[in-house]
Amino acid sequence: MLKAEKICKSFGDNTVLSDFSHEFKSSAVTAVLGKSGCGKSTLLDILMGIQQPDSGNVIRGSERLSVLFQENRLCENLTASANIRLVTGKRIPKLQIAAELATVGLEGIENSPARTLSGGMKRRVALLRALLAEYDILFLDEPFKGLDEDTKQLVMNYCKEKIVGKTTVFVTHDISECEFLADEIVRL
Amino acid sequence: MKKALMIAASVLAWLILWQILAMSIDSRIILVTPIDVARRLWELIREEKFWKSILFSMARILLGFALGLTTGTILAVVSGKVKFIRILFAPLISVMKSIPVASFTILALIWIGSKDLSVLVSFLICVPIVCANMLEGIDNLDPNLEEMSRVFKIPFGRRFAGVYLSQLLPYFRSASRLAIGLCWKSGVAAEVIGIPSGSIGERLYMSKVYLETADLFAWTTVIILLSWLCERIFIALVNLLQRRIERM
Repeated sequence: MLKAEKICKSFGDNTVLSDFSHEFKSSAVTAVLGKSGCGKSTLLDILMGIQQPDSGNVIRGSERLSVLFQENRLCENLTASANIRLVTGKRIPKLQIAAELATVGLEGIENSPARTLSGGMKRRVALLRALLAEYDILFLDEPFKGLDEDTKQLVMNYCKEKIVGKTTVFVTHDISECEFLADEIVRL
Repeated sequence: MKKALMIAASVLAWLILWQILAMSIDSRIILVTPIDVARRLWELIREEKFWKSILFSMARILLGFALGLTTGTILAVVSGKVKFIRILFAPLISVMKSIPVASFTILALIWIGSKDLSVLVSFLICVPIVCANMLEGIDNLDPNLEEMSRVFKIPFGRRFAGVYLSQLLPYFRSASRLAIGLCWKSGVAAEVIGIPSGSIGERLYMSKVYLETADLFAWTTVIILLSWLCERIFIALVNLLQRRIERM
């Protein structure tokens, strides 16, 4: 269960969310579509409980969350594989993680420290971490940011396969991503 | 390989210069030749007393280092968490950083006598270095990673190793590298002042009393080698730990 009730949020004089209400469908992918700076990431933070709204409520149970943050938040000194295992534990063997990485075009990087990876590589590792975690609700913030067109298509296909039938909220400014992945689109 | 050859060549060049200088001064009291030092070292190595002195000093200096490392780290962690403790200990750490080794040593002599002097002096030298470095590391911990680990509800053990240790180990490594060298320097200096029986410091003191310059150089070489070896072994262990965490 994930519901936003009359959420308001301002930063100084800048109002980013005004009376936002929505009940997110369970076992469905909801896309929040909006231009840059319209409060998409703030909404995601509020839904996750990282930020508090100025007014309004988020109704959510004690579900397990998984998230792809806007800025990756990888541990730079850990390898790509260790960053994923940090979240999954030993539930997913190293060999399987290497195989999953290869599926999104990251063959052979499982033992490379995150600090040595490019921006696009880090994005895919962070996405994989979010997708492979055990969760009830998945939040994705601009999941395909910084990926070239070919890689983006590859990763979108992988992502769709993983999130189908799972409660997912993702924010984006790209309508084609919404059309490809979402069961429902909310415009901000 | 090329770098190793260059280092070896530069060491050799300095040794040759030393040999030429010692031969031109031609006084075994003022400056002995490297060959004399090597000869004396060879004689010392075959004495049982030599190894006992090394064991005596090394055990105490490393004990002081280990206690200092533990205390400095704990103090940094507590100071990073509790502002009051940070403010309370800040002046003490600053004072400890500035106090000369000689003052520490004389004070320690009054407190505990000469036998375990180097334990206390090494400890007192190590604590502020480790505490200051670790505290800097704690201040630089990425709050975004802390938040990430909370959202994912990562269990404490994994979070401790993957999120905290992985960020703090570089600070721990540079602190311990600096501290271990200073512990050897100050520990032996303290022994020279306190002259505990059977220590490296006592042997250095005796070389001064009897103007045995070859002994002084031989023991100094031993101290440099021991300090270098301890640093290498310790840093290798830290690197091993880091690699294990990196690959979880």
